[in-house]
Amino acid sequence: METRDWIRDGLRAVATGLLTMVLAIMNIPLFVFFVLGLVLTPVLGLGLVILPAATALIRFRADLARRLAGWWGVPIARPYRPRPEGSLPIGWGAFRRIVTEQATWRDFAWLLPGAVVGLALGIITLALPAYGLEGVLLLPLWLYLGGVWYGYGVNWPIESVGQGFLSLPQGVLILMLGLVVAPYLRRFDALFNRLLLGPTRAAELRLRVSQLTVTRADAVDAQAAELRRIERDLHDGAQARLASLGMTIGLAEELVERDPATARKLLAEARESSSDALTELRHLVRGIHPPVLAERGLDGAVRALALTLRIPTSVDSTLAVRLETPVESAAYFAVAECLANMVRHSGATFAYVSLRLENDVLRMEVGDDGHGGADPARGTGLAGMERRLAAFDGTMSVSSPSGGPTIVTMELPCASSSPRTMLSSGTD
Amino acid sequence: MRVVIAEDHALLRDGLTRILQAFDFEVIAVVDNGPSVLPTLLEQKPDVAVLDVRLPPTFTDEGLQAAIAARAEVPGLPVLVLSQHVEPLYARELLSDRRGGVGYLLKDRVSDVAHFVDAVQQVAGGGTVMDPEVVARLLERNRPLDVLTAREREVLGEMAAGRSNAAIAGRLFVTEKAVSKHINNIFTKLGLPPSEDDNRRVLAVLAYLDS
Repeated sequence: METRDWIRDGLRAVATGLLTMVLAIMNIPLFVFFVLGLVLTPVLGLGLVILPAATALIRFRADLARRLAGWWGVPIARPYRPRPEGSLPIGWGAFRRIVTEQATWRDFAWLLPGAVVGLALGIITLALPAYGLEGVLLLPLWLYLGGVWYGYGVNWPIESVGQGFLSLPQGVLILMLGLVVAPYLRRFDALFNRLLLGPTRAAELRLRVSQLTVTRADAVDAQAAELRRIERDLHDGAQARLASLGMTIGLAEELVERDPATARKLLAEARESSSDALTELRHLVRGIHPPVLAERGLDGAVRALALTLRIPTSVDSTLAVRLETPVESAAYFAVAECLANMVRHSGATFAYVSLRLENDVLRMEVGDDGHGGADPARGTGLAGMERRLAAFDGTMSVSSPSGGPTIVTMELPCASSSPRTMLSSGTD
Repeated sequence: MRVVIAEDHALLRDGLTRILQAFDFEVIAVVDNGPSVLPTLLEQKPDVAVLDVRLPPTFTDEGLQAAIAARAEVPGLPVLVLSQHVEPLYARELLSDRRGGVGYLLKDRVSDVAHFVDAVQQVAGGGTVMDPEVVARLLERNRPLDVLTAREREVLGEMAAGRSNAAIAGRLFVTEKAVSKHINNIFTKLGLPPSEDDNRRVLAVLAYLDS
């Protein structure tokens, strides 16, 4: 298995090496095209058309380089600012946008060095395995032609059949070396490309800021809506009940001597009313932060929830630590929403929840054997959940083909807090 | 009857003490924090303990943990666990040692003093008392406990709440004889061997929780 893996990686690297060389050569006409656009700007405004076109091509080319780098474990983010809505792709506005954008010039600066490095590394990537292959295939050729001008490796020229045979192991070694080295060369190429094609620290921060602005606005909206809901629930529910409770008790107090029978009836009513108020508060609390979540953490809370679902649900969790409270709560409500959707819509007879914490990423999977067809774009529940997770840089993906099964996968980055043993009072 | 109380809210602690004393219980110890619950229970070995689930210093479920730990040391030590909310999960954990003498009630239920005192006495006598809300939440999910008929499920729910045959008969408007017939059917269908009645009731309730 492992042998096959490095051979496959090596071959893949050689193939991408070849592709990279072809693409690297393309950099030269792109460079010329861009310079032409710059030079022709004063002439009839031709640059206003040429430069945006050249830039679009260069960006396409740079995106290819970014994607290739991603294959070799060097992700390069796109540094470009999005085109403002309703703006034209060519003309003065586009020209100004392009010229004032730093990424344009970094791409431009990359074109030639990128081509040189890409070609050079590509040649090494190809040459090593090619030379190895030659060694492997040389012997029959040498026998056939019988020429003494052939040489290989340490034997130069090859003078006997014995030396001819020696080219075989040498060739195998060099071929292996070439395949082992090729992925590293690709990685090196990718790292070089990242120097200029990746966003600068400033651009990275700008992208992050625009993303945070959106998620913060969503989080603030959601929080405000939540507070409004709680306020309304308290006002119409528990508060009103407690007020009436006070009145009933007051009335009973008045009547206790004159009409003890009625007073007793009022007191019984008051007790019932207090019990109703408590029930309402309990439901409200469960919606804000379920007590079992505070007591047992995500793992226990999900287990407790699974026990009360109509559809048998198994919970498989390896969480050994308590998470940060906000993360725990977001994760719980996300899982709860998935399960609620499942109970309402899926027609499933069985469901499962899996919780894993690896490398400070909480991975949650909720699946069922129902008829599928869940669409996050349609249901407000799933979309809201996605927004809530986004506030924690979390992501959600739904796989729900028609006919099922449905699998929702959510990931939340989280630094775990105290180990769980700290939370149970030493009794277990 | 000797009682230990664990409750951190002063008002509720005094209220519980007052109620139990009014009904001739002897309150031998009152605890207001998690870590002292287990030592107190093991030292005093009360006839029944009334414990709040959530106690300081961590305010999680130390009362419940202490109850389970104490029953591991003193099998069948009667405990009545009180909480602001009830979870079928906790009920299952409390019952999982398959012995009676367990109660799990919402704190609201204390306001119905007569019923509450009755529950304490039942638990002390080895009975099992589950809060109606536990039962309701299990009924809500409407999972078929396949082998049982609807009526048998109803009877099982009443049993979980700790009601006697007579009380169940009264609530379901059937004769006591019919109730005991249903109960026998439940035992047979759930494969519970004939043994001491109380223990079988616990096992039946546990099967209900696990369905």
